[in-house]
Amino acid sequence: MSSAGGALIKPVEQGVSPLSAMWAVFGRDVRVAFRQRQDLLNPLLFFVMVVSLFPLGVSPEVSFLQQSGAGILWVAALLAVLLSLDHLFRHDFDDGTLEQLVLQPQPLFLLVLAKTLAHWMLTGLPLVILAPVLGVMVHLDGNSIAILCLTLLIGTPVLSLIGSIGAALTLGLRSAGVLLSLLIIPLYIPVLIFGTGTVAAAAEGAPVGGYLALMGAFLVLALTLAPFASAAALRISLSNS
Amino acid sequence: MSEPLLQAIDLECERDERLLFKNLSFSILPGTLTRVEGANGSGKTTLLRILAGLNDAWTGQLLWCGKPRAYDRESFHRNTLYLGHRPGIKPLLTPMENLRALMAGRRPVTDDVLQQALEGTGLAGYGDVPCRNLSAGQQRRVALARLLIADEPLWLLDEVFTAIDAEGVSAIETLLQQRAAEGGAVLVTTHHDLQLPGMRRIVLGEGQSNE
Repeated sequence: MSSAGGALIKPVEQGVSPLSAMWAVFGRDVRVAFRQRQDLLNPLLFFVMVVSLFPLGVSPEVSFLQQSGAGILWVAALLAVLLSLDHLFRHDFDDGTLEQLVLQPQPLFLLVLAKTLAHWMLTGLPLVILAPVLGVMVHLDGNSIAILCLTLLIGTPVLSLIGSIGAALTLGLRSAGVLLSLLIIPLYIPVLIFGTGTVAAAAEGAPVGGYLALMGAFLVLALTLAPFASAAALRISLSNS
Repeated sequence: MSEPLLQAIDLECERDERLLFKNLSFSILPGTLTRVEGANGSGKTTLLRILAGLNDAWTGQLLWCGKPRAYDRESFHRNTLYLGHRPGIKPLLTPMENLRALMAGRRPVTDDVLQQALEGTGLAGYGDVPCRNLSAGQQRRVALARLLIADEPLWLLDEVFTAIDAEGVSAIETLLQQRAAEGGAVLVTTHHDLQLPGMRRIVLGEGQSNE
């Protein structure tokens, strides 16, 4: 790049640190979400409705609800996250901001990670915060509710991270919903099994340390691998558009 | 003669089992203005997306400052500005917020500079209006405001004149010419009848040639 031939315009050498670029992506996504609040409420409403339909549809018995309450909450949370996934990249894809994101002189997987974390903060975290209320509704005891919230706190970021891969892969398709579910649900199953398993173990008085450690391992695995996979999938989706 | 910024050697791209171009070779030198020409569907947008690094479905060689582009992707992106069909503007954000978000990963820019760029594109006073309340042409102008703050040596502009009024078009033409005079390289596709002195051509489609 030495001989720019006396040109006045010089190549740009210095840039912005990846961390501040990530912060900007995160901030923009949060700002956009708060300008469109009904989209934020959708997964929450879905979560509440599904959970409250079980006592009506199956049985309002305390024993039934205590036994299956944690499972109901986990399944409802999982489906609520799944519902919101299509929005993760879709709007950005449609208005062209995704192209500009990919063209930023930054490692793409970090920007994708920032987007996914924003998605979790706007969908997963509200579910975790709402879970104790619904836990009381299904007659879970205090200890079970605490453990349930802990598993959701560790588990919902995993759902967002794995989901981002599916959302990126199905971006170019017109009706991505079903395919997205087919791709993602099998990967969600281990998280669901260990999430509900932890609460069941706690209810029986068994130690839950091992379960929580495994869920933590899922989170670390998803944090380290999912952004790379999503970034690669985004490039493929944009190549074909 | 100065070293080419971007050099394409034997580019070939197929899309939906149709050959768009083959053996396409050209160099983009600093201080030149190049127009990509061709009929609808001849692959102008695809070519620009390939050059920008958005489309990876091609064969051939792309050299950035003499080295394969894949060697230093970040430096390539840092020195290239691509404006596509889709303006890259969030309808829910204001022009200021959009520009801030677009520049955030590239280099630090103060709000004053952004404000000046908006004024320069005739959007003074619209800084706090969500972009969805702006007209199509005004939204396009928000994207174009980046040209006024861009210091990237290579510009890839796809259909920049869409939805822009006559006055705006001549302002952009002047800007592009000025840019080339300052040593920047500009590659444009447009259906608008663009005739600027010293303009080079890349013609796609039937009887494909270059320069």
